[in-house]
Amino acid sequence: MKSSVITFPGSNCDRDIDVALNKFGFKNKMVWHNDHELPKSDLVVLPGGFSYGDYLRCGSMASKSKIMHSVINFAKSGGLLMGICNGFQILVETGLLPGVLLRNKYLEFICKNVYVKVDNKENLYFKNLDKEVFEFHIAHNEGNYFCTKDQLKEIEDNNQVALYYCNDEGKTEDQFNPNGSIKNIAGIFNKEKNVLGMMPHPERMIDQSLSGEDGSLFFKNLINNLK
Amino acid sequence: MKVSAIITLKKDVLDPQGKVIYQTLDGMGFKDIKEVRQGKYFEIDVNENDPTKAKVIVEDMCKKLLANLVIENYKIIETQ
Repeated sequence: MKSSVITFPGSNCDRDIDVALNKFGFKNKMVWHNDHELPKSDLVVLPGGFSYGDYLRCGSMASKSKIMHSVINFAKSGGLLMGICNGFQILVETGLLPGVLLRNKYLEFICKNVYVKVDNKENLYFKNLDKEVFEFHIAHNEGNYFCTKDQLKEIEDNNQVALYYCNDEGKTEDQFNPNGSIKNIAGIFNKEKNVLGMMPHPERMIDQSLSGEDGSLFFKNLINNLK
Repeated sequence: MKVSAIITLKKDVLDPQGKVIYQTLDGMGFKDIKEVRQGKYFEIDVNENDPTKAKVIVEDMCKKLLANLVIENYKIIETQ
């Protein structure tokens, strides 16, 4: 399986996701934002970080990068495109995913482990996972997911919520919402479920001695689903 | 000519920064305020002398990059 990770000026989780993808069997290539052509890929990842210093709005500049024309075409023709953290912010700025990520409710940069619940397994990302609640890491200042009422209705009607913030038992109550996201939303899909954006970092949970293994479960399952 | 654009958050969008500024002003003794909303201001020098055409160019910029229309409104002001 081939994957590509796009590096923007200011990306800082690009090498982490490269390590994670290679560890679980992807042949990963790093692609510079100024390139025009995307290498042949089964999965494209927009990594976390602070592309363009978060100027204007997080992800807004990166969403207009040269490589993004190919990335958007790749997604529109059904290719798997995943955005993590800043990558999620870039995806909403491209319009591939609905809504927007606002500043955290209490104006704090949040860096901690959280639990998230997988809501929809009828997609290549989460199909065949044998559990619903995962412990992932979050580190962001703008992760407060917001969308209009009409968009929310559409998202829920089409089962586009990928992940909810929750506790270790999967309860998605307000007290387990770290950043003020509408309905505890931590990640969403596009309608077709080939584009996934999420604030948590599964690539930071791929080694028991460093953090945890829930990211390992996610990546192992993902590559098996693509085979 | 120079054209300015003001970007503001839509009414129903939470503005935590505006809220904190409001609380600070209130704490400083400015008691006659109801609400503070924070926005952005852009001054753009356009290679166009026709005000109508210059405004159209900046409006296009607002729609495509400067504002995110899910959460923000824009207003264009001719400055010079």
